[in-house]
Amino acid sequence: MPVITYRQAINDALAEELDRDEKVIIMGEEVAEYDGAYKVTEGLLKRYGPKRIIDTPISEAGFIGLGIGASMLGIRPVMELMFWSFAYVAFDQIVNNAANIRYMSGGLIHCPIVIRGPANGGTSVGATHSHTPENILSTTPGLKIVCPSTAYDAKGLMKSAIRDNDPVYVMENTLLYGEKGEVPEEEYTIPLGKAALKREGSDVSIIAHGRCVQIALQAAEILETEDGIDAEVLDLRSIRPLDEEAILQTVRKTNRVVLVEENKPFCGTDAQIAYMIQDKAFDYLDAPIKRVSSIDAPQIYSMPLEKIQIPDAQRIRSTVLEICPISSNT
Amino acid sequence: MSKKTTSKSRPTAKSVSTSQNSEANAPINTKLSKEEKIEIYRNLVRIRRFEERTLRAYQQGKIGGFLHLYIGQEAIAVGTTSLMGPDDHVITAYRDHGHALAVGMSMNECMAELQGKHTGCSKGKGGSMHFFAPDKNYWGGHGIVGGQTPLGAGIAFALKHEEKKGCCMCFLGDGAVNQGVVHESLNLAGLWELPVIYIIENNQYSMGTSLERSSASTMLAKRADSYDIAWEQVNGHSLYDVRAKTWEAIERAHNECLPTVIEMATYRHRGHSVSDNEKYRDKEETEKYKRTSDPVILFQDTLIDEKVLTEDLIKKINTEAREEAEKSAQFADQSPFPPEEELLKDVYWEEDNPEHKTSQGKIFFND
Repeated sequence: MPVITYRQAINDALAEELDRDEKVIIMGEEVAEYDGAYKVTEGLLKRYGPKRIIDTPISEAGFIGLGIGASMLGIRPVMELMFWSFAYVAFDQIVNNAANIRYMSGGLIHCPIVIRGPANGGTSVGATHSHTPENILSTTPGLKIVCPSTAYDAKGLMKSAIRDNDPVYVMENTLLYGEKGEVPEEEYTIPLGKAALKREGSDVSIIAHGRCVQIALQAAEILETEDGIDAEVLDLRSIRPLDEEAILQTVRKTNRVVLVEENKPFCGTDAQIAYMIQDKAFDYLDAPIKRVSSIDAPQIYSMPLEKIQIPDAQRIRSTVLEICPISSNT
Repeated sequence: MSKKTTSKSRPTAKSVSTSQNSEANAPINTKLSKEEKIEIYRNLVRIRRFEERTLRAYQQGKIGGFLHLYIGQEAIAVGTTSLMGPDDHVITAYRDHGHALAVGMSMNECMAELQGKHTGCSKGKGGSMHFFAPDKNYWGGHGIVGGQTPLGAGIAFALKHEEKKGCCMCFLGDGAVNQGVVHESLNLAGLWELPVIYIIENNQYSMGTSLERSSASTMLAKRADSYDIAWEQVNGHSLYDVRAKTWEAIERAHNECLPTVIEMATYRHRGHSVSDNEKYRDKEETEKYKRTSDPVILFQDTLIDEKVLTEDLIKKINTEAREEAEKSAQFADQSPFPPEEELLKDVYWEEDNPEHKTSQGKIFFND
């Protein structure tokens, strides 16, 4: 199977959907002539021309709103945000208009728009550029939110997102763009709302999304070799819809849970998931549900401190050790 | 999307004519048949009588939340939409009842929507500020000031992208022009040469704050200069003036694929919403506008002068409109509220079309 980067996988997904459906267009800052601020759209202008690959001014509220308006007439815009942090200047469009138009029109109007771009810290770009708004956006009914963690998922989820008739917001990660993974040559899609079991284990369930899945897998390796703990790792892939059944299944199996995300802890995505687990699998829990999130302060610029601020394998490991009896080590 | 390289047609700014019907002899008006003029008058009257009836329903406690009446501004919605062709579209803000009736929505579906009934245009899910009828090229009804302006640019973008000879008329109020997104929309419209017409309905007050207290420059349309967009100021009380100047903008959109900003001088006779003590303006000012600039009366007088309307016909049209409004109130009264299961419908397309569903997992979090 070919091994390609996460970046290339998204590029391939966009190209395949541009080929499949002439209503698909790409729009965003620097997506065309510059080939993408992170080169995700590299080569698309050359292949598809300026009618379909469109550079916008730095005007997020304007061009996102424009994409929403165009989608109401049947265009399927895939909008790039250079960073999801920039969504905050377009919040009225992203939340009020995109999410509500179908409901408020009694189902008469659809909004088949995709907004995609990186949403992550860990690159020393400071507090304004490091937001991970999947929690903020998934609180709004009418929206769908996906957070792919691998090249394979990025491609399959992106294609499903573009074909969806409702707004789907895809949160990527600049630290994953260069990561390589196996991606089949033949076409495939991944349904939204289907989690992926990345590692089987019996002692504890580590549930994560986005890049935190990769960190959870590193932690699981350390736990196995250093502590003799057999961790299961579940990748949510999609926040809304959410694969509740997969979450409950792993909890029922291991009876211990650590939830990992890059969100800040208060009202993070995992707060909702923790609520759901205690509500639906209370009797299966042998220990309190634990969370590993980013440290609750604005994102710090200083590189060594930011590494401490966002979840890492050692923090996951020590949190697992808080709830896993050492006796399991013997 | 190619950038514009040349500046195309650009009318010079003119001061607003205070004389009525300065554009009565514009070809787009002189070509109107007697029957067409009567229909235009009928629409003005229908909107007026409908809204008067909604006010009664509101006072009876049948309408929730807000009720932003369009009374006094009718010539704008009726005049502009009377020019629409098959690929011309409309989107507006929250004072949307007039535009809705003007594009052909029925009083029944509008009154029922106001009362939150299942028979409403949005099944009772939108309310006063959120009327929609995409089958009539009417894209709402938007509650957030200025929030509809990039959507209007997007509709125009889609028309241009699909190579249709059409335009989007995007209405906004004088209060909206200070919202950032309006300027982003104007920039995109100018930059990408979008066939969008931004129609600023300047009724002089953004809620309770006068134009002078809101805007550093009170020549609102002139802001279009910053975006290299043609602009115009129009007497919005005059049906003929509204039509003549809007037609020029529609032709610019159709033939040159260029945007226009039109500022229409108008006045709302009622408060911002129903609960408004109107401390911010003199009663005498309101009375003066009602006496001298009521767009329904002005057009009525014009058509009497033209021997198109007679006293009998005026009476008949008004009686019919009043009866139609009354029937719509009865229709709304007798209509059911949406059943509880409607709460979760029309949220996600896939949930309403399960035969086409590809997603899995939990999408609602009510349990």
